Amino acid sequence: MRRLIWPSVALALVIAYPLLFSTPFQQRLGALILLYAIAASAWNIVGGYAGQVSVGHVVFFGCGAYASMAAYSHFALPPLVGIPAGIIVSVLIAAVIGVPTLRLSGHYFSMATIAVAELVRLIVTNTEFLGAAVGLSGPTVPRTMLDLSFTSALPYYYLFLSVLLITLGITWWMANSRMGFYLRAIRDSERAARSLGAPASRTKLYAFMLSAGLTSVAGALYAMMFGFVDPESGLGILISVKMLIMAALGGAGLLFGPLVGAAILVPLEEISNNLLGGKGAGLTFVVYGAIIVLIARFQPGGILTLIKRLWARGGKTPEPTVAAGATHAP
Amino acid sequence: MSSILVQVIVGGLLLGAVYALFSSGLTLIWGMMNIVNFAHGDFVMLGMYVAFVVWTLLGAGPFLGAPVAALVLATLGIIVYFGLIRSVMKGPMLAQILGTFGLALLLRYSVFWGFGANFMTLPENLVGGTFDVLGIRIQASRLLAGVVALLVTLGLHLLLTRTSLGSKMLAVAEDSTAAQLMGIRPDTMQAIAWAIAAGATGIAGALIATFFYIAPTVGETLAIVAFVTVSLGGFGSVPGALVAGLLIGVIESVSAYWIGAVYKDIVVYSLFLCFLWFRPQGLMGKS
Repeated sequence: MRRLIWPSVALALVIAYPLLFSTPFQQRLGALILLYAIAASAWNIVGGYAGQVSVGHVVFFGCGAYASMAAYSHFALPPLVGIPAGIIVSVLIAAVIGVPTLRLSGHYFSMATIAVAELVRLIVTNTEFLGAAVGLSGPTVPRTMLDLSFTSALPYYYLFLSVLLITLGITWWMANSRMGFYLRAIRDSERAARSLGAPASRTKLYAFMLSAGLTSVAGALYAMMFGFVDPESGLGILISVKMLIMAALGGAGLLFGPLVGAAILVPLEEISNNLLGGKGAGLTFVVYGAIIVLIARFQPGGILTLIKRLWARGGKTPEPTVAAGATHAP
Repeated sequence: MSSILVQVIVGGLLLGAVYALFSSGLTLIWGMMNIVNFAHGDFVMLGMYVAFVVWTLLGAGPFLGAPVAALVLATLGIIVYFGLIRSVMKGPMLAQILGTFGLALLLRYSVFWGFGANFMTLPENLVGGTFDVLGIRIQASRLLAGVVALLVTLGLHLLLTRTSLGSKMLAVAEDSTAAQLMGIRPDTMQAIAWAIAAGATGIAGALIATFFYIAPTVGETLAIVAFVTVSLGGFGSVPGALVAGLLIGVIESVSAYWIGAVYKDIVVYSLFLCFLWFRPQGLMGKS
């Protein structure tokens, strides 16, 4: 029972956060942290646990965002209806592009995913049905509760929190199942994993599809909160980059890594945008870039790995901790 | 063939020579240390801005812009190698990819912050005029850029294959431990490779700036062009990059002419994916 105390306290604090910090800015900030944490956690399944650094996850994010907005603008349905459609389309896309792309390893995989993302963005930008360069909008005035269009960020906060808990639950379950063990073995050495009989291609593909489906939910929630999606906000490469850097900063391949990363980077971005206005956008990404370079150079395991190591050093046994994915790829 | 199509193809070849020049930098680094520099396109972008600054401060054209850009970028290459790449190379795959990706963001948005997001161009008359050769009209700036890029790429190839420095670099690429036993310092050779590769992007940037738009985000597109060129030519091969660069330039120009400028990137990106998926060893490599 004692080991449940700290997690319960943390959960209670997270639930109480928007009541303790109740200005609209703080509530919105909390909601955005959770939203990005969902997307980064979804990325973490493929990028962290399986070690396949995808820079194209924005494709799935965009699928969810566009599906929910299309449900409204083309069929006058609540955007919520688009979520299952977005999941199905993303999982299908993941299956189709996953088969040839996951055969590529390391840098090749990352390059291919960038190309897929840019290709999809260009195609959508030239597709009338998806609003071309202008994009699609959601309901301006909520018709029913089902439209999930609120002026306050509070309902979004609890909605995102429940989705994040489900995402983390699925990730935890996956990490502790046979699949999780296969994925970590593949990350450390795909050749060794294969030779020991782990079905590497199939496992990577399943992880990619699972991750895609969850990412599309994040995209749909994003579009519902902001009420619109366009090629830049739904399919821009920077969204992939944000997922990647949040997971890596917190700790890629660790359950709570993406949440920690989001809790650091989202406030940084919001506050600098608020202080510096439009000019701040550039500076924010300069800082983002610098942080990524510093993590890659000094602490590839992320902050949680660093804390674990310091913790172990402070304790009685200085056990060597293995950083997430710190083993060499051949 | 209509003379317009010939003109389009010639324009594509000249642009392709510049593609070949900066792509050979990417392929050199890949060949020597199995690292893809995701900031490669942003190096070219930086070269464009150096040329722009040289022009605004000194009023000098590409004849001064290119050498200055080469020098600035080569220095940056050495700094990046010792500051980041050397340690990241020993780290996990995630660190290798993150490292140069972060660098790309850092460079792109520093320029964005300093110069703004607006598209800029060098004045038309910097390398002015057009030639009429056999009924084909060629812009002087593109001709100059294409010819210089071609010469520098060939020079790079000769440097790698015909000089003792080239042999040493090849030795490090083959087996860095064995090279070390022969008295070659892998560290020095790899730093030189980064200087050469980054210097090549500097020259390419200064050349391309004379007729291309200049913007902080241009590196994103150019990086993918370099990826396509390198995958088509075979990872690690400079002659491959040269042929592939020329080919990509032509494919881009012809598809822009036939199906519209909007779709030329779609064609090139699809081609890239097809090659990665079905023929990762490139056009000329053996399976």
